[in-house]
Amino acid sequence: MIVRRKDRVVVLGITGKQGTFWTEKMLAYGTNVVAGVNPKRAGESHVGVPIFTTTGEAARKVGADVAVMFIPPPMAKEAAISAAEAGVKLLVVLTEHIPVQDVMAIHTSAAKRGTRIVGPNTAGLVTPGECFVGIMPAFVPSIFKPGRVGVISRSGSLGTLICLNLTRAGFGQSAFIGIGGDPMLGTTTRDALQAFDEDCGTDSIVIVGEIGGDMEELAAEYARKVRKPMVAFIAGAAAPPGKKMGHAGAIVTSNAGTYAGKRRALEAADVVVVDTPSQIAPAVTAGLAKRSKDVA
Amino acid sequence: MNFEEHAAKALILAPAGIAVPHGILCLSAKEAAVAAAQIGPCVVKAQVPAGNRGKAGGIKLADTPAEAEKVAGQILRMTIGDYKVERLLIEQQADITCEFYAAVLHDTSARKPLILFSTEGGMDIEEVAAVKPQAIRRLLVDIDGNPSANGIAGMLKGLDLGAAQAQIAAVLEKLYAAYRARDAELLEINPLALLADGLVVALDCKFVLDDAAVYRQLDIAKAGSHGAMTELEWRGAKAGLKLIQLDGNVGVLANGAGLTMTTMDVIRHYGGQPANFLEIGGEAYTKSEIALDLVLSNPGVKSLVINFCGAFARTDVMADGVVKAWRKLKPKVPVFFSIHGTGEKEAVALVRKELSIEPYDFMEDAIQEAVKAAQ
Repeated sequence: MIVRRKDRVVVLGITGKQGTFWTEKMLAYGTNVVAGVNPKRAGESHVGVPIFTTTGEAARKVGADVAVMFIPPPMAKEAAISAAEAGVKLLVVLTEHIPVQDVMAIHTSAAKRGTRIVGPNTAGLVTPGECFVGIMPAFVPSIFKPGRVGVISRSGSLGTLICLNLTRAGFGQSAFIGIGGDPMLGTTTRDALQAFDEDCGTDSIVIVGEIGGDMEELAAEYARKVRKPMVAFIAGAAAPPGKKMGHAGAIVTSNAGTYAGKRRALEAADVVVVDTPSQIAPAVTAGLAKRSKDVA
Repeated sequence: MNFEEHAAKALILAPAGIAVPHGILCLSAKEAAVAAAQIGPCVVKAQVPAGNRGKAGGIKLADTPAEAEKVAGQILRMTIGDYKVERLLIEQQADITCEFYAAVLHDTSARKPLILFSTEGGMDIEEVAAVKPQAIRRLLVDIDGNPSANGIAGMLKGLDLGAAQAQIAAVLEKLYAAYRARDAELLEINPLALLADGLVVALDCKFVLDDAAVYRQLDIAKAGSHGAMTELEWRGAKAGLKLIQLDGNVGVLANGAGLTMTTMDVIRHYGGQPANFLEIGGEAYTKSEIALDLVLSNPGVKSLVINFCGAFARTDVMADGVVKAWRKLKPKVPVFFSIHGTGEKEAVALVRKELSIEPYDFMEDAIQEAVKAAQ
């Protein structure tokens, strides 16, 4: 799920307002956008990109490794399933508010065909200096720069803030993996942690979590065997219980998914959990220093 | 979106072919007496979209119309959870032999629908899971298909259901079909009762509709409730904004759920109390004008943090809305900005020029000042 410049990207819903805006941004940054999909405008070209009827057609004619969806919720299921059927390896679902039963159908279809889903409701993926897929301000040099810190976040806005803080402190990022704010995600915190653990371009890992669900707890189990320094910030310590805080994922019921539980699980796995976003960069510095001392 | 018992039974269970007791919805004690005269010995049940109605005293038996009128009068004066009781379901009393639990919901980690069945009906399923987990049977279903007869028979195997087994299997199949057809997040029957006459009947029902699917369930959505809301929260909902009013005095306007929660957390970290949760992320980032109006309408607000970090959301568009609202409302509370990300340069310039305010570089600094100003 770390995107590379060689990855051939197909944009679903390329001709819409957001599809157009972000495709231009992706192209300008260096993303290898090879095709767009819009059955009504097949055969045309849009922002310099050829348009096809389906993802399948795009895949056959120009090849497709990654698909990214700028598709409204009522059409998201059909578009996602047809992308999975076209054989894309990675499908980035930006759409927010897809009915959950449609999301399950998307995951089921993707699982049958070996397609990895990132999202739904993700802001996308950034590999600074190479390319980005989604709706992240990768092109703002004060926020993202190439480096060796891997960042995992459910939230686009908070993830942006964290990358900004890292960049200001002199830490570039190996990649940003936005896993999405929905409760039922294709790629979990644990999956992203494993990707950074196995990535030789990543020296340390920042996890930006949120209350609700059990993804941070499951990631903590994996974190026990990770040797790279890890820092986490969990949003929602001040959230009142039982209330949905925008992200459908961010709801706390009974004892599951609480701030305290997540913090405990991560700390037990040797992840440094900080209280505010600006404490992340100093904690990364300390983690790397400790690591090099341990190695020496 | 939550539904009261009477709506869940009438709109979901009965059309799915699952038996429910004869019942009449009443708005007053007088109506309850009339309904009881028609039904005979009855149960008077408070209709609120909250759990634990029985424990709260919101469900009572009545054998005569006079008794029904009396308990109805008592229950109609109650508040259960966040809700004032305004409606009652007058239902035929059931001669119960045994009680079960049945539900269909999402299994988030398996990413599939999950059918649950338990022989321990009438209790909270969380409680059963804690004290008698072996009593709960589970069946994951592939959403592309339906639960197979074998699958359901397998999940009920060894439960000693006797003659009721076939009826229960049919209820589970119908419950799953209704869950699918009606975009349920949760569809639960507790208890599902075997009556003395051998019939299996749903005595209660909880139905939660997926908020994201309301657009294709419009025929039933008007019967649903989004939970108890304050007047301000209602205004937010009408504007398409999720607002949660809190007890604190530092108002919050940020984009994206993650950043908004973080802003609240940092307010608390510095000893302050947030006055609200309100996010204008996603497509809602264009609504900052009305959003600011809402935040400032909260009477408790003594200072305000505006924290924008634009990814998809353009900070210049959000700042423009803030400036417009500011000119209109001319608020007296001090405001502290932090602005970064997409459109940052224009947004910062706008706030400097129009409001003569210098945004803080770090959100922590803006928040610390806002907490001080609110004290």
